[in-house]
Amino acid sequence: MTKPTLAFHRRHRLLGLIFGLSGLFAMPALAASPVFDNPAGGNPIGGMSVYKAFHEQPGIDRVIDDSVDRWVADPRISKRFEGRNLVRLRLELKAQVCYLVGGPCAYAGKDMKAAHAGMGLENLDFNALAEDLQLAMNKEHVPFPAQNRLLAKLAPMQRAIVTK
Amino acid sequence: MHDLIPRGLAATVFALGVAMAGIAHADDAAPQAIPYVDSGRLLLTQGVSNIEGAAGGGLATWAVISGYGTRDAIGGNVHVSYASLSNYDFVTYGASLGFFDRVEVSFARQDFDTGATGAALGLGSGFAFHQDVVGAKIKLFGDAVYDQDSLLPQVAVGLQYKHNEQGPIVHAVGGQHEDGIDYYVAATKVLLNQSLVINTTLRVTKANQTGLLGFGGTLSDTYRPEFEGSVGYLLTRHLVVGGEYRTKPSNLAFAKEDDWFDIFAAYALNKHLSATVAYVDLGSIATFKNQRGVFVSLQAGF
Repeated sequence: MTKPTLAFHRRHRLLGLIFGLSGLFAMPALAASPVFDNPAGGNPIGGMSVYKAFHEQPGIDRVIDDSVDRWVADPRISKRFEGRNLVRLRLELKAQVCYLVGGPCAYAGKDMKAAHAGMGLENLDFNALAEDLQLAMNKEHVPFPAQNRLLAKLAPMQRAIVTK
Repeated sequence: MHDLIPRGLAATVFALGVAMAGIAHADDAAPQAIPYVDSGRLLLTQGVSNIEGAAGGGLATWAVISGYGTRDAIGGNVHVSYASLSNYDFVTYGASLGFFDRVEVSFARQDFDTGATGAALGLGSGFAFHQDVVGAKIKLFGDAVYDQDSLLPQVAVGLQYKHNEQGPIVHAVGGQHEDGIDYYVAATKVLLNQSLVINTTLRVTKANQTGLLGFGGTLSDTYRPEFEGSVGYLLTRHLVVGGEYRTKPSNLAFAKEDDWFDIFAAYALNKHLSATVAYVDLGSIATFKNQRGVFVSLQAGF
C-alpha cells in the first residue's frame, strides 16, 4: 500500500529538483538584454489578432484618449503632464500603440529615452500610468490577455523611461 | 483555552494592519503625504503572504518583495491565514516589511492545533504546536514584471529562522532540534504574454512539517534541497488562480512526511486588502493521512 506512494513522492521530488534547478540556472543563462534600436520601444506583435482585440484604430484612439484624460486627472502623476503638448502626445501614442499591437501604423516620434529625458520619472510614475491605461483598456472591453500583450511591450521601456 | 490568546493577538494585529492600510489608502490621492509610502507597484505583483510570513504563494516563498512599495518606498503587510484540515487546524499570522523593493523582513507565528487528534497522538486533546518564523530576503537581480523582453526572472535569496516552542515533544517524536534555519533561492517571473506568473524556489532545510515537528530526525539530520513551484494564471488585474507544489524532507521515523500541494485563487480588492482561498493537500501529518482542507488567508497592507 505505502510503497507506491513513497515511490510516487520520490519521483516527484526528483522531477521537482530538476525543474527547480533548471528554472533557477537556465533562465538567467537564456536571458538576452536587447537594446531598443526601434524608436517605438519595441518590435510589433506579429499577426493582427491583438490589433483586432483593441477594436482596431478607433478602439486604440478611445483607449489613448481615455488614458490621457486619466493621467492628467491622476494626482500621482498629473504634474508630469503640466505644460506638455497633449494633442501631440495623444497622436504619437495612438500611432505607437497601433504599431506595437501589430496594426498598420508607423511611429515617427522620438525614441523612449529621448522622449522622457530630463523628466526624472520614477517607477511610481511609470506604474501609475500603466494602471490608468489598464482602466482605459477595461473600459474599451479589451480582453485581459490582449491587454497583457501590450503591457509586455511597454514593460521593458521602464529601463529607458525611469531615470530616477 | 490558551489558543484564545494568540488568536486574539492575531485579530488585534490584523485589525491594526487594516487600520494602517486604511490610512495608506486615504493617502492614495496625495502619495507624498507619508514619506516612503507610494503603494506604487502593480496589483498582485507582491504575491501574497505565505504560511511562513514571506511574500509568495500560499505555501511557497517567492522572489518578490512584500508590499506594494517601489524601489523608492517601503511597503508591508499583515496577514492571518487559517487551514481547516481533516484532523488538524492550522493558523498562521504575522507581518512583513519590504524596503525599496529590495529587502524584506517578515515575522509569522504558527499555531498547529491537534484538536481531538491530540488525544489519539498521546499529546492530550487540544494540544497545539507553536512556531515562530523570522525571515529575511534580498532581491539579487531581475525584475519579475519589467523584464518582459527576456526570460530573466527576479531572483532573491533568503533565510527563515524558526523556533518551535514544543521542544520536549519535538525531541520525544525523534526531532533533533527545536530551532532551525531554512535557506532558499527563489526565482519569480511574470510572463505577461501568457498572463502567467511562475515561481521556482530551491530551499535547503532540515524542517519536519516546515518545523512544526522540529528539525532533523533519526532518519536524517542533514540539510536537504527541496523544491517549491507555483504557477498562476492572471484572469484580471484583481484575480489570479493557480497551483503550488512543495517538496519536504521526511526525517522522522515515527511518521512519513508528504509533499504539499494546493490550488488557489487570490483576489486583490485593492492595494490594501486581498484574500486568498485554496484547497490544500498536506498529505500525511504525524501519522494521520490525507490532511486536506480549505485554506483562507486575509491580508492588509500598503
